[in-house]
Amino acid sequence: MSDRQFGFQTRALHAGTPPDGESGARALPVHLTTSFVFDSSDAAAELFALRSYGNIYSRIGNPTVAAFEEKLASLEGGLGAVATASGLAAQLCAVLSLAQAGDHLVATSNLYGGTVTQFSVTLQRMGIATTFVPAGDIDAVRAALRETTRLVYTETIGNPSGDIADLAALAAVAHEGGVPLVVDNTFATPYLCRPIEHGADIVVHSATKFIGGHGTVLGGAIVESGRFPWGAGHHPLLTLPSPGYHGLNFVDTFGEYAFLTRARAEVLRDVGASLSPMNAWLLVQGLETLALRMPRHVANAEIVAAFLAAHEAVDWVSYAGLPASPQRALAERYLPRGAGSVFTFGLRGGREAGRALIDALELWSHVANVGDAKSLVIHPASTTHQQLDEDALRAAGVRPEMVRLSVGLEDADDLLWDLERALAVAATAVRA
Amino acid sequence: MILETLAQRGALLRRARTIAVVGASANQSRPSYFVFSFLRTGGRYEVTPINPVLKDGIDGIAAFPSLEAYAAERGAPDVVDVFRKPDEAPGVARSAVAVGAKAIWFQYGVINDDAIRIADEAGLDVVVDRCIKVETARFDGSLALAGINTGLITARRRS
Repeated sequence: MSDRQFGFQTRALHAGTPPDGESGARALPVHLTTSFVFDSSDAAAELFALRSYGNIYSRIGNPTVAAFEEKLASLEGGLGAVATASGLAAQLCAVLSLAQAGDHLVATSNLYGGTVTQFSVTLQRMGIATTFVPAGDIDAVRAALRETTRLVYTETIGNPSGDIADLAALAAVAHEGGVPLVVDNTFATPYLCRPIEHGADIVVHSATKFIGGHGTVLGGAIVESGRFPWGAGHHPLLTLPSPGYHGLNFVDTFGEYAFLTRARAEVLRDVGASLSPMNAWLLVQGLETLALRMPRHVANAEIVAAFLAAHEAVDWVSYAGLPASPQRALAERYLPRGAGSVFTFGLRGGREAGRALIDALELWSHVANVGDAKSLVIHPASTTHQQLDEDALRAAGVRPEMVRLSVGLEDADDLLWDLERALAVAATAVRA
Repeated sequence: MILETLAQRGALLRRARTIAVVGASANQSRPSYFVFSFLRTGGRYEVTPINPVLKDGIDGIAAFPSLEAYAAERGAPDVVDVFRKPDEAPGVARSAVAVGAKAIWFQYGVINDDAIRIADEAGLDVVVDRCIKVETARFDGSLALAGINTGLITARRRS
């Protein structure tokens, strides 16, 4: 064993996936099993009481899922991770690990529409209130903090607005209020940005996107830094006696592991939104090549964005990777390797031109997803964000004519060929 | 020597056979019970509670009232694991030195500069603000099953 600090790509290949101890298998085995045989009654009792680590039941943990968790935690620079069935499950489990009925969250408003709905409808019905504040308004975050606030929530790269979060400033204002900063890092991935290095305390992912990378499986994860002082008095769920575990106090008993232990042993256990071992295996395959795929995603996105910005039929392009973007300074600070490959643009022909464009595309797939190896396109106002009213749409940075692209790994020339064609069709459609 | 690295802590845990847990509790909700029980049931170490209020020991393991009483019967422990308030840590460190312990392990929050200095200057291996349960689990492979970033990178098969 060595104390060498290994690089990102080496950890992407090796962290969490040593050769299998039982068989010597070099590839990660898929442990497709619901349950695990106990060594003895005493050993089972130790596991159930959280006094030892090991396998019980795949709803709580599974060796293949754990390999994914450790690999992702290593790449994010976190203490550990808890994998979930989807990105929304990761958010829910992160929130429920810290908040209960009567508690409060502060979130930036430029979030994925599904997240806004989860917070403003489902969590609201569970008695957890959320105050949404304009992205980039640090004073508004400070003003929204209450005695019952348990966390501040944002996205590294807002979906679909493309706003870049000022992570260090948000972390500072959250910490002033005694609460952690939770960051959805889905669009950036740990290859482009590691929020924990900028002061964030918890990172959540929809691993469905660039981590899986091939549009194959759903998955999510919560990563925690291990640095937040959970025992400072703002998070009673981690410091009051747990009725489910003989009255134990998570902070006293598990120290820096308090949050991760509760997230798994109480919240994931009870919510049941666990990641399938098969999906975890595919997500591990995705992580192994993340650092090879992301530069190509970024390079193609920069080519496509520059093409659109120069096209006469295009009214505007919102991509932080463009030199003229108002997000450029934040992008250079937090995303020096590139601003990702998901961005939006609007056509001069407005909403109708946008629809005509999407229907005329041959190579870009019209789907409600991002982060596939294949290039994707969608009209958010009529699909992913249709549940939001006009005000919420504006707050989320969604304009009616907005088209969202997720630029894949194809030959860039072919992507431009298809866009050029479809833009001409769209212009004709609007004139007709 | 203060052990700062993973490799140093791993080597200590491989060398050790006997662990005296100062402040071990029989109360099942206490962290010291968690650690004692984990070490006892793991079977790798001979683990003994050191606590003057424990008349009946813990889970069938007899307790000693002090490190001195333990050492008089069993000899010097390889590791003294400390669950005491920080201001009581220097006294434990002096006892550990006096009985010839090879290492002292201060659990989460048991941070006292005098105690660290006393043990370090006497030549003991010293671990501070870590959990011996977590570190044992890191090296036996079980911590990884909890999704923890163990920091262990190897293409060798675990022996």
